[in-house]
Amino acid sequence: MAEVRMRNLVKTYPGGSTRATDDVSLDVDDGEFMVLLGPSGCGKTTLLRMVAGLELPDSGQVVIRGRDVTYLPPRERNLSMVFQSYAVFPHKRVRANIGFGLQMRGVPREEITRKVAWAADLLQLAPYLERYPSQLSGGQRQRVAVARAIVMDADVLLMDEPLSNLDAMLRLSFRAELKRLVGEIGTTTLYVTHDQAEALSLGDRIAVMRDGAIVQCDAPIAVYDVPASEFVGGFLGSPPMNFLSGTLAGTNGTVELDLGEGAARLPAPAALAGFRGQAVRAGVRAETIGVSHEQRPGAARCVVEVFEPLGSAVLITADLGGQRIKVQAPATFRADPGDELWLSLEQDNLRWYDPDSGAALATSAPATAS
Amino acid sequence: MSTVAPAPLLLSDVELPPVDRAPLRRLRRRRAMLQAACILVTLFMGFPVYLIALAAFSSRQTLNAFPKSLLPTEVSTETISAFLSSTGVLPAFLNSIMIGLATLVLALLIGAPAGYAIARFVFRGRDTYQLAMLLTRALPIVVLAVPLAQLFLTAGLYDTILAVTLVHAALALPTTILITASVFVSVPRDLEEAAQLFGCTRAQAFRRIVVPMALPGIAASAIFTFVLSWNEVLAAAVLTLNNRTLPAQVLTSLSDSPLAFRFAGGFALVLPALLFILLMRRYLLNMWGSTLR
Repeated sequence: MAEVRMRNLVKTYPGGSTRATDDVSLDVDDGEFMVLLGPSGCGKTTLLRMVAGLELPDSGQVVIRGRDVTYLPPRERNLSMVFQSYAVFPHKRVRANIGFGLQMRGVPREEITRKVAWAADLLQLAPYLERYPSQLSGGQRQRVAVARAIVMDADVLLMDEPLSNLDAMLRLSFRAELKRLVGEIGTTTLYVTHDQAEALSLGDRIAVMRDGAIVQCDAPIAVYDVPASEFVGGFLGSPPMNFLSGTLAGTNGTVELDLGEGAARLPAPAALAGFRGQAVRAGVRAETIGVSHEQRPGAARCVVEVFEPLGSAVLITADLGGQRIKVQAPATFRADPGDELWLSLEQDNLRWYDPDSGAALATSAPATAS
Repeated sequence: MSTVAPAPLLLSDVELPPVDRAPLRRLRRRRAMLQAACILVTLFMGFPVYLIALAAFSSRQTLNAFPKSLLPTEVSTETISAFLSSTGVLPAFLNSIMIGLATLVLALLIGAPAGYAIARFVFRGRDTYQLAMLLTRALPIVVLAVPLAQLFLTAGLYDTILAVTLVHAALALPTTILITASVFVSVPRDLEEAAQLFGCTRAQAFRRIVVPMALPGIAASAIFTFVLSWNEVLAAAVLTLNNRTLPAQVLTSLSDSPLAFRFAGGFALVLPALLFILLMRRYLLNMWGSTLR
C-alpha cells in the first residue's frame, strides 16, 4: 500500500510543439481509486506512463511511498499495470503469463503456483491456466491481464483504458467486477479512461483533464453535480449537461436569467446580483428538469423536436426559445415532435458559468458536495 | 404456469422469385479453375526436381536408354555414389554446409539488432541508413570479387571458409536487416513495455518476449540467408582454391564430366536447400495458432 505524489510534471514529446502534460500535480492517497478522465490527447495516458516509468518527464517529480522514482526504470518502481491492448504474452500459457512478474522477481516456484491459483480463482480463470492466449476470448484475455497485475502485490496498480477493447455488455459486467476486486485487495489505483460512465462508476475521485492540465478533481458525485467548468459538465453525463445562454436581469431583490424574446425567465441566486446586465450561461442536467404537458407557474415553454424512448427513460430534445435543450423524463412519459411542453427548472439544479471562459461562477446557493 | 406469447411475426405473402443458383455455380467453377492453376504451377516447379532426382538415381545404362521411363523402375545408387566419392565433392559439401550455417549465424547476430533498432527507434539518418544498406547489393559480385580476393590475400584469409562466410554474410545482411525490421515492427510495443513493468530489463524483454514472438520472421530470414549462401557461386569460386564450396566445385569440375555425373551434382545441390527449407518451414508457419496481433 502506498501513496503517489505527482508534482509539476511537464512532458513534451520529441517533435511535438505542445506540452502533453503541462505542470500537472496530483496526489493519490493510499488505497485510493483515482480515475484520470478526459478526451483523447488530453495527457491522461502520458501522466500514467510517467508514473509507470515508460516515459520520463522533462521536469517535475514522481514520488511513490515516499521514494523519488522520477527517473527510475519501470521494473524498479514496484508497480503493476493493465494495458489497453491486454499485452498478454501470446507465446506463454495463461499460467506463465500470470506468474511472469513473480518469476522475474525470483519468487520460489511453490509460491508462484499458489499465487497464480489464487488470482485465477478470483478471476474465474482456473479452467484456462494451461491454454495459450489465442485460445481465449477477449474478455478472458483481459482477465489474464488483470490477474497478472494483481498477483504482484505492487504498491500501485496502473490501468490504461483496460475495458475499452471489450464489447459493451462485457464492459459493463467487468466494470462491476473490477470495482469489487480492487476494493477487496485495496491497492492504490490509477486508472485512465475516456469513458465518463466508467469514471463515475469506479473512481473514489475523478481527475478530469483537458489540454494537459487537470481542470477538476473531486468525488464522482461532486464532479457530476457541480462541474467546475462548462467543459466538465459537457464531458460527464449522458446526455451531457445542457447550457442555456442568456442575460441576467431582475430588479431589487430578485435576479433572473432572461433567455430572450418572450421565453421564460429562470430564477437565479441572489449572489449573482453583481452580474446583472451581463451575459451568463446556465447549466442544467437533463434528469433534473421537470416536464409536463400542462402549463404551470414558473415553467418554461418549449417545443418537442425529437422524442427518443430509451427503455428505462425517455429523452426529449426540445426547442426552448431558440435554444436546444435535452430533457430526460420517466419511461411512461409520451410526447410527439411539435408538441408543446412545460419545463420546470429549479434554482437548486442550475449551475452558472462565464460565457467567455466557461468557468463556474461562485454562488452560495448550491453547496458543494465536497 | 402460463407464458405470454410474443406478438406473431408477420410476413408478406407475396410470391418470391426462385432461388438463383447461377452465382453459386460460377463460384464453384472459379474455385475449381484456381485449384487446377495451383496444381499446374506446382508441377512446373516440382517436375524438374523430380526428373533430376530420377536421373541421379538411375544407372548409367538406364540413363542412356531410349525411350526413358518417367517412373523410377530401376533405382540405382551407382551414379550418386560415384559422384559423392569423387575427389573434392564430400569436403566441398561439408564446406558449403558450414559456410551456410556460419553465414546464417553471423548475419542474424549483426542483422537482427540492426533490424530491431530500425523498427523501434527514431534516429537521425534512419531512412538514409536503410537506403545505404542496399548499396552493398548495388555493386555486382564480379566487380567486388577481385578487390576482395586481393584484400583477403593480404589479410591471409584467402582460400579459407572464414573469407567466404564474411562475403556471404555481407551479401545477406541487407535482406536480413529489412526482414527482421519488418518482423520486429509487428511485435506490439505494449508487450515489451509490459515485460519491463513486470521486472525485465530492456535486454531481458528482448530475449524473453520479442525474440520468441519474432521467431517465424527470423526463420524466414534464416532460410533466405542459408539458401543465398548455398547457391552463391561467384565469390566462392574466386575466393577459394582448395576449400571450395559445393557449387564452386561443381562449376569447375562438371563441365567436363559425363551426363550422369551432372545429374548427381544437380541433385546434391538441390537436396540440402530443400531439406533446410522443410525444417525451417515449421517456424515460418504460425506457432501459437494466431497471428502476432
